[in-house]
Amino acid sequence: MEPLNLTAEDISKGIERLADAIRAKNPNQPLALVGIRSRGDEVAERVLNRLSTDDRELSFGVLDISLYRDDFEHLHENPALQESDISFTVEGAHIILVDDVLFTGRTIRAALDALSDYGRPAKVELAVLIDRGHREMPIQPDYVGISLDTCRHDHVLVSLEGTDGLDQIRVVQKETP
Amino acid sequence: MARKDLLDIVSLDRKEIDHILEQSVPFKELFTRSVKKVPALKGKSVLMLFYEPSTRTHSSFEVAAKRLSADVTNFDVAHSSITKGESVRETIETLQAMRTDYVIVRHKASGLPGTIARLTKACVINAGDGAHAHPTQALLDAFTLKEQFPDPTGKKVLIVGDILHSRVARSTSTILKKIGVEVAYLGPGTLVPRTGPENIRRFTDYKEAMAWGPDVVYLLRVQMERQDVQFFPSVREYHKLYGVTEARLADIRDRGLYIMHPGPVNRGVELCDAVMDYERSLINDQVENGIAVRMAVLYWLKA
Repeated sequence: MEPLNLTAEDISKGIERLADAIRAKNPNQPLALVGIRSRGDEVAERVLNRLSTDDRELSFGVLDISLYRDDFEHLHENPALQESDISFTVEGAHIILVDDVLFTGRTIRAALDALSDYGRPAKVELAVLIDRGHREMPIQPDYVGISLDTCRHDHVLVSLEGTDGLDQIRVVQKETP
Repeated sequence: MARKDLLDIVSLDRKEIDHILEQSVPFKELFTRSVKKVPALKGKSVLMLFYEPSTRTHSSFEVAAKRLSADVTNFDVAHSSITKGESVRETIETLQAMRTDYVIVRHKASGLPGTIARLTKACVINAGDGAHAHPTQALLDAFTLKEQFPDPTGKKVLIVGDILHSRVARSTSTILKKIGVEVAYLGPGTLVPRTGPENIRRFTDYKEAMAWGPDVVYLLRVQMERQDVQFFPSVREYHKLYGVTEARLADIRDRGLYIMHPGPVNRGVELCDAVMDYERSLINDQVENGIAVRMAVLYWLKA
């Protein structure tokens, strides 16, 4: 079957949709956007850019969730770590976690655990560029850029300019794992 | 790329060394958080098998393992059956039955951690064996050096003291050479081995060694307990000839050199009290970095 492709324009619209929805729900409140490595940080940065014209206090952070994964036993070697960078005060903050693709929800579970080790936020919401369905955890997004109808074994391949040099999303359809 | 054991520095290639040093950075970042613990090794068990006394290395490994959420058991050798004549092999078989995931070993016999590694499925980390190796000390030294010199190529480190008996000197000079640092030894003729790597300069005179132009002066601990024979006439004479006295510290300060020491320090022997407050002393950095580097090693090894 032909892979489904989304373009830079689709991604840009998705980012715009996220920024609009966040703005509509939280007028002028201070917000902290925390992107999950990798690519969630770039999505968060782009949303932050759209929100930067608002009259509000904005913070930005990056989270690496490798140490909080639940699948160490199944891995041949432990995933390489990168630095997390949360320089604002998490205690009492309104945080929007940002990731590129929401799939099983396990990454978000790990991110919530990681975040709580920095302090106790007043509120945590979830924004994703793509929701592709097939959750394995009771986790739902508050803001969605693009909803994709996928099969469980499909691969959603996201590349972003800052991380991969090109804005593109490909859905490669697979019948079996 | 994952290994089961960390036994020495010689067998690590440059890529592996760089990987561990890079991975230590995010672990160090954790120390600034309100919760310093992560769940990465939750449910894993770490056994500390120390046949030789150690405060620093032992507690550093223990803190590292606990910050990764592993369960730590101390095999208290002084009170264990080892004093009743149990062999190392029997001890290991017992540990195997306990399904330990990591064994951290210190022993006065060179090569013993390697033997244990072959006898067990657990990951074995050498925490110092005889005069052979102390790989995590070497890694933390390299990490500490790289914090000051992100590109350490061509930097010069002068290792001072009892080179002959020192596994630290052996492992640390090996890793420094591997990351492109020039190494020289300074010490009494009786304590600096005459054989060994050709590319390591050897000095017996302090002034000559300084003229070589080191960036870092790395002081070794004078190991009183390892000297069956007297290798130098007296502690006072050692301090006078090779110790960092107040006058030498002034010179070191003028030259802007860093000072390192693996600890614990013998004040009045390798260094005078004032060194502990010297602004370019990296001794406390070494202690803190030791935890981050050991976390990175525990996380890297996989049984």
